[in-house]
Amino acid sequence: MALDFSNQTVNAWRRENGRVGVRNHVVILPVDDISNAACEAVANNVKGTMAIPHAYGRLQFGEDLELHFRTMIGTGANPNVAAVVVIGIEPEWTKVIADGIRETGKPVAEFSIEQNGDFETIRAASWKAKEYVHWATELQKDVCQLSELWVSTKCGESDTTTGLSSCPTVGNMYDKLLPHGLYGCFGETSEITGAEHICKARAATPEAGKKFMQIFEAYQNDVIFAHQTDDLSDSQPTKGNILGGLTTIEEKALGNLEKIGRTSTYIDAMGPAEAPQKGPGLYYMDTSSAAAECVTLMAAAGYVIHTFPTGQGNVVGNPIVPVIKISGNPRTLRTMSEHIDVDVTGILTREMTIDEAGDSLIEMIKRTANGRATAAEALGHVEFSMTKLYRSA
Amino acid sequence: MSAPQLLVHDQKDNVGVVVVEGLKAGTDMLCVVTHDNSDFRLTAKADIPIGHKVALKDLSAGDTVYKYGEDIGLMKGDAAKGAHVHTHNCKTKRW
Repeated sequence: MALDFSNQTVNAWRRENGRVGVRNHVVILPVDDISNAACEAVANNVKGTMAIPHAYGRLQFGEDLELHFRTMIGTGANPNVAAVVVIGIEPEWTKVIADGIRETGKPVAEFSIEQNGDFETIRAASWKAKEYVHWATELQKDVCQLSELWVSTKCGESDTTTGLSSCPTVGNMYDKLLPHGLYGCFGETSEITGAEHICKARAATPEAGKKFMQIFEAYQNDVIFAHQTDDLSDSQPTKGNILGGLTTIEEKALGNLEKIGRTSTYIDAMGPAEAPQKGPGLYYMDTSSAAAECVTLMAAAGYVIHTFPTGQGNVVGNPIVPVIKISGNPRTLRTMSEHIDVDVTGILTREMTIDEAGDSLIEMIKRTANGRATAAEALGHVEFSMTKLYRSA
Repeated sequence: MSAPQLLVHDQKDNVGVVVVEGLKAGTDMLCVVTHDNSDFRLTAKADIPIGHKVALKDLSAGDTVYKYGEDIGLMKGDAAKGAHVHTHNCKTKRW
């Protein structure tokens, strides 16, 4: 009998702005690369906090700087984060990021290192971080609707089994939950190559389809053809994809698009790390197909759980968003099962239908929202990779 | 039904995917089309790794390869029915 997804609940944290978070992190967020050390020192001083070091944030300008700010602010603003200590080398950009996060209503404190030094900054920031940990650990969970979650997807180390099993499992989840008000997100602009006509046709409106095609064509012209050296078959599909049996980019793209199901349509096409603007539903986001970069951008847009189909066995995680791995490849389940949360190998043996697999993924989303640590969380995968649009000044 | 060795997405497809480890040449494969659950049998002409594709009919250089019912590339060499189809004989039309 078909399950009813209209009134299912999870226990999670309702934030000041009404959004629902499934983790309760106190984050020590560096504005720039040279503030990583101070953030890590604070996180070492105060247990229960997490520094999120990264490689950039100095001498960026224009659209690239806007993306940096959007990613930093979005990461701090994500409902999986209870409170944020922001540390930057100088006060102005530090304030831009702290004020951006503050709009959610959550507690934010900012510190800058110039004229204070690491020691004084770490001392002051540690006091504030400790205050936030005491506050955050007393926050109580509420009963929230499953459909209030924002759930993103991206696949990795794809092979032919992802298109047969784990990607349609995610698609089935979206077909079942989006009609009840879930927010969904898919992306991977490069991996739509060869199936862009199909992706365009899955837009809910002509405007959304046109916006997707503009993003796709800009990517082809500005990235692929601008930097092409020889035969792109060497990088797409990747070496891992080819080992797994994928031969062409078209074949990979068709498998990738299985993640948006049979009936779901996207209502808008967004730039990287842009939060959805048009209410509940599925969104396309212009992202790299590199796992950590893509998950980082989707987390910065506000998604709180990520569903990640893998064939050959990608191991990626994220500091603030639980990444649920789904695989249908029996060899991967045999050789690296410690990384897989949802086993859908039964689809290949015809012992499990896509419908049953979709239900098992929804069950795992609920368990994850209720607190179950994902494989990536248990194994300490906290990859955080900024997307850079061009060289810094 | 016993577990299939080969899955095919769509009736229009001319390749299918090996879904078991250690498939040996000469195996009489149970093949299932996932779209309508119909089945047929095909003999593997080579040892083919899990996840890799098998020609469902004789394919020649210049033929379009169909999977998901869609064009996924062009044959650059020949592959007999039951033979391995991959980067050695199939390529994207895009570049």
